[in-house]
Amino acid sequence: MEVQKTALYNLHKSLGAKFVPFAGYEMPIQYKDGIVKEHISTRSYAGFFDVSHMGQFFLEGDDTLTEALEKIIPADLKSLTLNHSKYSFLLNDSGGIIDDLIITKTQEGFCIILNAACKENDVKEISKFLNKNHKHFINSDLSLIALQGPKAVEILEKLTPGVSNLKFMTGGNFKFDGANLYITRSGYTGEDGFEISIPNNKVEKLIKILVENKVNPIGLGARDTLRLEAGLCLYGHDLNEKTNPIEANLKWAIAKRRREEGGFNGWEKIKELMANGSNKKRVGILPEGRVIARENTKVFSDHGEEIGLITSGTFGPSVNASVAMGYINSEFSEIGTKIQLEVRGKKHGGKVSELPFFKKSYVK
Amino acid sequence: MSEKKFSKKHEWVSVEGDIATVGITKHATELLGDIVFVEVPEPGKAVEKDSQTAVVESTKAASDVYSPISGEIVEGNKSIVDDPVSVNTDPEGASWFFKLKVKDKSELDSLMSQSDYEKFVAENPS
Repeated sequence: MEVQKTALYNLHKSLGAKFVPFAGYEMPIQYKDGIVKEHISTRSYAGFFDVSHMGQFFLEGDDTLTEALEKIIPADLKSLTLNHSKYSFLLNDSGGIIDDLIITKTQEGFCIILNAACKENDVKEISKFLNKNHKHFINSDLSLIALQGPKAVEILEKLTPGVSNLKFMTGGNFKFDGANLYITRSGYTGEDGFEISIPNNKVEKLIKILVENKVNPIGLGARDTLRLEAGLCLYGHDLNEKTNPIEANLKWAIAKRRREEGGFNGWEKIKELMANGSNKKRVGILPEGRVIARENTKVFSDHGEEIGLITSGTFGPSVNASVAMGYINSEFSEIGTKIQLEVRGKKHGGKVSELPFFKKSYVK
Repeated sequence: MSEKKFSKKHEWVSVEGDIATVGITKHATELLGDIVFVEVPEPGKAVEKDSQTAVVESTKAASDVYSPISGEIVEGNKSIVDDPVSVNTDPEGASWFFKLKVKDKSELDSLMSQSDYEKFVAENPS
């Protein structure tokens, strides 16, 4: 398959991007300032992220569409009101996570933001539940830009007046240079911010204005350190088809009505796990000192028994410490439990930690 | 200090008397990006030429640092362990990785001069 490029490829290049192949796309891993500066500038001012490789999947239909989607998505879609968004997932028959996603209620139906690496398979899985009256398409004419950081609202309000009125996890239609934009107040950094869906032929103009406003371009490298500090999962690493929402500590993302009524893929398994608890659990882990516990680092109990595996680990520039998350046997999952991490053949100390590592309040 | 010599794995070595100082090059730090973790060897450890001797990690990945020369470690630079970012700012000066007592000075002959290394980097940018 040919490597794809987003509409901003040339602009990234002019901003000094270093590219890596990611989910079939050439994406910036970092720009000339490097990951740490990009990370810090997002938390102290604002940064923009080109996330156009993600799938913007639109579904149109009546109440039967809502019923169909509820069979694979455990959110309460029936009571999701116009322009409101929920974090949720696609589940398989055994309660495993096919993908994690944000779903928003639109005038015509729903819009779902899908992970780039999963989007084709996701469409196939969702389609199994649809009928001929349900229209669906991934809109590749649209780019997706995340604008994140404490100054994001002030900067975007000047370009698209009214965005400051949006509450966290809601969205609305806005005009920019004669084009229709759909903007939600959401993100993947732990900061206040927005995700902006914009036609490909307008995105360069928007980004140039953001750059004039001193908004830094942020690559995949800092996107990863920001989301890990915020305790957010990365699909394919912290979540996959073999992990379920209960052991992933994401029960909160299954709506209360759905937990009681069921009627979605994997419900039997999830009901059983909710009643009896899961064998393992996703937790935050703080290694001692500066040693970095990367993905696949083995976790041991204080007595040397192997109890789990790290799924994400890096250096967190804002907490100025090594941070990680992973799955460990539930009996060891209590906050503060001492553990050991095997890095390059040597055991290093650490402890189970609260998530997120870095906390900011969203605008509610 | 004597003239610096360079390895293809982007380490530099400088010998004074029978003590060699080893670090990673400016070019290596540019490839690595922001350095966030460093592990250096303990004094007394015997190392072979081209053996894995220290570790450097950036926000992106972990990399091994090889000794360009054989000998016995006399000191690991603790200041870069406490302040890994300093490797980005002064890799070929204060932020050296380790010092060792040289076993065989003739091993230096297989390493590159400054100008040869610069040529090597130009031909092999990553």
